[in-house]
Amino acid sequence: MSSTPSRPNHTLTIIATLFVLVWLVVAGFPFLWTTWGSFKVEADFFSRADWTNALSGVNTIRQTGGAFTLDGYEGAWIQNEFWRAGLNTAMVTVVVTLLSLVLGTLGGYALARSGYRYAFWILIIALVFRAMPHITLVSGYLVPFFELNIWGTLPTAIIVLVAINQPFTLWMLHSFFLSIPKDLDESAMVDGCTRFQAFREVIVPVMWPGIITTGLFSFLLAYNDFAVTAMLLRQENQTMIPKIASFLGSIESEGNVMFAVSSVVSATVPLFLLVMFFQRQIVGGLTAGAVKG
Amino acid sequence: MNRLLNVSAAALLSALPFAAQADCGIAESGSVRILANDFGALDLVMDRAASCASDGVTVSINQTEEHKNLQVPALSIDPAEYTVAVIANNSLPPLLNEDLVQPLDELVAEYGQQLTPSQLIRIDGKVMAIAFMVNGMHLFTRSDILEEAGIEETPTTWAEVLEAAEAIRSAGILEYPLAGAYAPGWELAEEFVNMYTATGEPFFKPGTAEPAINSAAGVEVLETMKALTEYMDPDYLSIGSLEASKMWGAGEVAIMNLWASQAGPLIDAEGDYPEVAPQTVLTAAPTLGEGEIPSGALFWDGFSVAANISDEDAAASFQAMMHAIAPDLATEHPSGASWMIDGYVPTANAVGIMANVAEGGRSYPTLPYMGLMHSALGTELVDFLQGNETAEEALAGVEAAYTAAAQETGFLQ
Amino acid sequence: MPHKAFAWFILPSALAMLLFIALPLVSIVIQSLYVEHPQVLEQVESCSPFGGCTMETRVDAQATAALREAEPLGRFNGLGTYLNRSHLATGEIAEILRSSDGFADSLRQIYQLPFYRALLFTLCYTFLVTPLGMLMGFWIALAVNRIPAMLKGPVIFVSLLPMIITPLIGSLVIYWMVNSRGILGSLLQWVTQDPTLSIAASGPLTWAMLFLYGIWIAAPFSFVVFYAGLQTVPQDTLESAMIDGANRWERVRFVIIPHLVPLATFVSLVQLMDNFRVLEPIIGFNAQARATSLSFSIYNDLQAENGQLFASAAATSLLTILFVIVLLFPVLIRTWRDFSRKGAH
Repeated sequence: MSSTPSRPNHTLTIIATLFVLVWLVVAGFPFLWTTWGSFKVEADFFSRADWTNALSGVNTIRQTGGAFTLDGYEGAWIQNEFWRAGLNTAMVTVVVTLLSLVLGTLGGYALARSGYRYAFWILIIALVFRAMPHITLVSGYLVPFFELNIWGTLPTAIIVLVAINQPFTLWMLHSFFLSIPKDLDESAMVDGCTRFQAFREVIVPVMWPGIITTGLFSFLLAYNDFAVTAMLLRQENQTMIPKIASFLGSIESEGNVMFAVSSVVSATVPLFLLVMFFQRQIVGGLTAGAVKG
Repeated sequence: MNRLLNVSAAALLSALPFAAQADCGIAESGSVRILANDFGALDLVMDRAASCASDGVTVSINQTEEHKNLQVPALSIDPAEYTVAVIANNSLPPLLNEDLVQPLDELVAEYGQQLTPSQLIRIDGKVMAIAFMVNGMHLFTRSDILEEAGIEETPTTWAEVLEAAEAIRSAGILEYPLAGAYAPGWELAEEFVNMYTATGEPFFKPGTAEPAINSAAGVEVLETMKALTEYMDPDYLSIGSLEASKMWGAGEVAIMNLWASQAGPLIDAEGDYPEVAPQTVLTAAPTLGEGEIPSGALFWDGFSVAANISDEDAAASFQAMMHAIAPDLATEHPSGASWMIDGYVPTANAVGIMANVAEGGRSYPTLPYMGLMHSALGTELVDFLQGNETAEEALAGVEAAYTAAAQETGFLQ
Repeated sequence: MPHKAFAWFILPSALAMLLFIALPLVSIVIQSLYVEHPQVLEQVESCSPFGGCTMETRVDAQATAALREAEPLGRFNGLGTYLNRSHLATGEIAEILRSSDGFADSLRQIYQLPFYRALLFTLCYTFLVTPLGMLMGFWIALAVNRIPAMLKGPVIFVSLLPMIITPLIGSLVIYWMVNSRGILGSLLQWVTQDPTLSIAASGPLTWAMLFLYGIWIAAPFSFVVFYAGLQTVPQDTLESAMIDGANRWERVRFVIIPHLVPLATFVSLVQLMDNFRVLEPIIGFNAQARATSLSFSIYNDLQAENGQLFASAAATSLLTILFVIVLLFPVLIRTWRDFSRKGAH
């Protein structure tokens, strides 16, 4: 592949485009299939008889009269009040993301600017913390939380998620801060700012993109969490993922899988909007930050 | 779409204002706090309990699939987070072990006139739980396929099941006529427990926590399971009860032993599987060898009242639950579950489980260390079924795994 | 930064981690060293609706509680739990080595032990999925970097989908797609012209499917990070490389990759850890028969219907942490060097 550097290489662009197309199919097809299937009845989408039932919708037509049905959505959103879980998730994810970022930027900044050995050890300990399997941690919370009478509430689950998420947030933001020149805050301090003023007025504005990227990952963690929310929230505070799990049913009792499928599809819509809204910052974020290990 | 109807009916009931004020006869005030599993039949019960809320009585309900993991810590604080734990015979022992539920004799005498003797779960002479529905595995057969293969009577023993399977296969009707919930873990262990129950042998040496399954009976059970798997789809080790019922619906299977709670949709001629449903016959689980006990350990679902609560709350909670499982429940929702409530007339979907009960089906053992045994079975039998181990090696493996767990929990020294 | 300022900045974050991770960690360490008191058993008559009344064994809750009262932690067991059959199984291994006929047979017998079976799968999964997922993410990043700008937003969203869909449903849908009657399973049978082919029925195919699923789930993270890193490749270096006559591959090899190495360290750190804790795909695909992982053992131990073995789960968790530290050692040393350099100037 010899190419003249000044001219854009069309062959390569075509290869790249093809590769992206293949990846899009691989990444998107299961979701597309799920979206399509969410408008069918269970006997079609989860058919052992013939997978083409999911395309033709024989059972859907027989049971509902049309090739597409909104039964799954109606069941989840109206009969089972999935919107309530949606509201709880919105609350949990937004607060978790904000809190994680506040704590993480403060801590990450300190770790990036301290040359002392203990900063290194804090980073390493945070890493060890991250290796902890979440389920082990959660089973240890139950008794103290019940005793303190804080089990089952949203704030408790939020704080736990923030704490569990801290090691990752610290590491990521610490790396972002490393890439911002020290002179920036030092000159601000020479100009008479306190350390905190320098942090808030000078560093944070430069960091926005990095913060947003880290925020995206915090958001996804809180959004998709099952271990913590399933064990620490009572029913009226339940978030989406445990709710979806309860649609799936358990060994001795069948659930309604189509409710779960349609909930998952509808739960992706806000994420789509979010990614579209922030996509320039997400990319730009790492641009400015260029995480350094 | 029976299930959908049930769910929507429940949703409607809870939404209508007049249903929210029922007379549950609770004289005093009190707080009713219920922890329960989350599935359709319990939704019906919980909606009725919720309707007991009044000026003096608050009712809060937490239905979650994690209830088994939550119940011990939630009831061990004082006052307990929940006043009522909805349990089954395999989730009661952890509460008994820690002394977290109270004897109900006085409450039963005062408020429990509606209860039948079989609903009272007595331990050491004291009523510790009230049962209200039953579940278990029983046989599903396809009458049309059996007829086509020239089998006139529905199999009643595992040997007959194997014969029928061979007949169906050699007649070229189905290559893999059997199915079962053989997914490793809880489900595979449950298959073993079901069949071992049918031998009538104890799981443990009497009076101790020492395992006793590495015996002729244990080997017979494993050999039978292995023989059955020859007639199952080769990926049977990834098939759980949910997948098995789908296979049934798709007409891939002629005989299977599966949960009574799954029968509803499978026999519903108007539902998902109109070709299969009318031909589906429900009978008691098969017996093993010369034995007479059906291979379907019976589970009851019921409730217990927490120990660490005030007498007032206990009385209110018990009365609310009595209203929840009153005979009306069984008459209003006869197909909601296989009720153990007075006045319940079994519907078509409960025929199999009632046959199990009638033919002397045994309860799933309510022993404090049964969970450890179940868990050991679930992980250690896989190698045998895959042909990597002999039956004796597998059972020795189960006993070793169980022993390690029982030593850790103090049941064995 | 002076100590005092540092302390104020790190305080909230450190406090959160201390309360919700460090404290439980300490209790987990203690838990793993103790086993429960002997349970005081008694025979009582118990009556159930089916099978009538029988004499059954019960725990004498009061007597057991009294024992527990005296010594709340339980009986000290030292490293006993770590060495028992469910974990490192030192006794069983010694026995196998003593009595087995031949090396292959002892390996077979060791592989029957739950811990080693889980460990083998966990290690294979970690070492295959981590690099392949990163490589995949890198290639996608390079490719997406070249497509027209207006397409980038939707492409990024679709690329994130495997990460966004909860594994609960993601693995369920894919399980149904790849089973022998599903769309992908049928496709595979058609490609191989083998109508009996079933992924779940074959150990190697199940592993391969879990690995592919793992890569599918892991690639988006690497992609986002690498893609962003690509935006910061210094244009002047690239241009001078071009002037020096470097071809496209050489530019990737000598300019882009070195620029992305620090990022790769970070990604590999996170991914190694996440992959080592693999759990959801095994549950989602009902694959316990062919593959278990360390996290799966922990999950299994903590389930209430399995009798909740807290000490056992604690021991497996700590062994997991230990393995992760060993795996991360090269990265840790690198971080230490970077850090010392930073401290120096």
